[in-house]
Amino acid sequence: MSAPARQLDARKGDIVENPYLPYPVRIDDIITETEDKNLKTFRFVFINPEDEEKFAYMPGQFAELSVTGKGEIPIGIASSPTEKGFIKFTVNKVGLVSSYLHSMKAGDVMGVRGPLGNSYPWETLKGKNVVIIGGGFAFTTLRSSIIYMLENRDQFGQIHVIYGARTPGMLLYDQELKAWEARDDMNMHITVDGTDDPNWKYNVGFVPTITEQKAPPADEDTYAIICGPPIMIKFTQPVLDNLGYGHERIIMSLENRMKCGIGMCGRCNIGKDFVCKDGPVFTLAQLNTMPKEY
Amino acid sequence: MTFVKIDQKKWAEGVSALKKGYQVFGPVKEGKDHEFRKLSGDQMPEMDYGNTRLSPKAAIYPQSEVMFTYTTDERKDDHHILKEPERDETPKAVIGIRPCDAFSFLLVKKNFDTPEYKDPFWLRAYDATTFVGYGCDDPCSSCFCTSAGSGPFDEKGLDVLLVDHEDGYLAKVLTEKGKALTEKAGWTQAFDAGQAEKVFGEKAATAEGKFESQISTDRLADIPSMDLYDAPFWEDIAFSCINCGTCTYLCPTCWCFDIQDECRGCDGVRMRNWDSCMSSLFTLHGSGHNPRGDKVSRVRQRFMHKLKYYVDKYGDGIQCVGCGRCVRKCPVNIDIRKVCEMMNQYDPEAQNECACPTT
Repeated sequence: MSAPARQLDARKGDIVENPYLPYPVRIDDIITETEDKNLKTFRFVFINPEDEEKFAYMPGQFAELSVTGKGEIPIGIASSPTEKGFIKFTVNKVGLVSSYLHSMKAGDVMGVRGPLGNSYPWETLKGKNVVIIGGGFAFTTLRSSIIYMLENRDQFGQIHVIYGARTPGMLLYDQELKAWEARDDMNMHITVDGTDDPNWKYNVGFVPTITEQKAPPADEDTYAIICGPPIMIKFTQPVLDNLGYGHERIIMSLENRMKCGIGMCGRCNIGKDFVCKDGPVFTLAQLNTMPKEY
Repeated sequence: MTFVKIDQKKWAEGVSALKKGYQVFGPVKEGKDHEFRKLSGDQMPEMDYGNTRLSPKAAIYPQSEVMFTYTTDERKDDHHILKEPERDETPKAVIGIRPCDAFSFLLVKKNFDTPEYKDPFWLRAYDATTFVGYGCDDPCSSCFCTSAGSGPFDEKGLDVLLVDHEDGYLAKVLTEKGKALTEKAGWTQAFDAGQAEKVFGEKAATAEGKFESQISTDRLADIPSMDLYDAPFWEDIAFSCINCGTCTYLCPTCWCFDIQDECRGCDGVRMRNWDSCMSSLFTLHGSGHNPRGDKVSRVRQRFMHKLKYYVDKYGDGIQCVGCGRCVRKCPVNIDIRKVCEMMNQYDPEAQNECACPTT
């Protein structure tokens, strides 16, 4: 049996870490998030406790979840670096790896490789107002961001969150949403496309509409972070334009098919930039100068 | 810089001697073409060739290679834990590589050796390899290395450069690695440097005079990327393409790869395999959405990557060494020299004027 590759080749000086080798993790807990059961949140603990420190991340980054015999999938990190002792990922059941992952149980061993990519621009966002706009299951790194901002509340101005899903049962992180709604140091706007629940006490309407009604006016100190399905982004962007948000203050997170996650395998590029390494976070101003290959 | 003379007898003895300390790769005739293969037993490099059909990149970067092994048998303590397999760490010698191909490794290295991440598989193999080049006296009509940053006697990326001389070779020893290899091979018969430089210089001048084609790349960096991306010629260029991927597989500078898991019983491997931007699956999302779902966008990606994105990203020329393989082997005669010319000559403003129906 050979030595773990991370220690291998220290003798060659420059290649100490093998960036393709995942950290071994154990599934600690699995939560089914949505009524269609297609979204599950996996909480992992590192099998080697020292790996948690090496996996130092910021909200907006992602990791490759590694399942032996199946492969790897790039998934945004849903936990916040302020939450210690575990990392969390919410996974939509789509393909080979994610479907298999959905069949796995607490206690199972798998791997996590990362953190990968850039993050939301936290240095830029310090002292600013932040408007988070999310739709559907693209709320995972936004959850990470909200938890992170609330833990560092004095570093930010106003915080607005607009989050919508098709139905109440399709909203992620149900309990947390309600807790955020009750807070007085942030403005939480939960919405659904439609519901026949007479007790629904939040908004009804598409995310762009709610954004138009609830988003604060644009100024130099206000940034919007948008994550959602293409259709939501398509209709939200004109709303932000009307509100006067400059494109350098509209921040988006992209997805593309990925394998290596470190800018080498060649498939996730948009022009000369790689979504995995130069992104996944770009400003709209940046995206305006890039091909629409995402 | 030292020069050594290698006669036919010394050549054969030397290659045999090298096999005792190196995994020796060389050109071998297979069917109509030559290929780079690991030479076994008494196999000798067959040096009477123009260039190999596939590039020698597989000597460093195999078409398929095992990255990790694991067991899925949960009765074992280390189940689901990935490990690097034992590898043959014997140094490699690539003998008879053409200068354009040796240069290609320097371009590919920019991808695998970055400030943030090092690809250990590629870099270990590259670092363990000594490149013994072979000058080109007779470039093909489709070669254009002299205008792609290389040349028929280019020394970049080489440890030793051989040229034909009398009944054997003259070798220019370029690096410490090259010196170690020539000593191991017993190629130590010193040759007068002044005289040797003259032989090399004359050969290079003669060969360079034989080139029939060249490309211009001087404007590529200056034309805005989105203008080239939106240029009207991509439909025409891609029209005949059948997305077969031949160009990407035989290109010395194409490095894209896929990662796949495979299991037999409980014994699994994580492999990496060459991949191709010509394939639709290369970019297909799990949702079914495909950002490069049509062949025009894939053909554009290949040429934009080599002739624009790479140029912009590294500021050090194009991602092409002018070996001409894609020109020779494309089944529908798509020619990177013509595409490069169209890109390099492209004037977006002239386009706009022509395209405006009201003027």
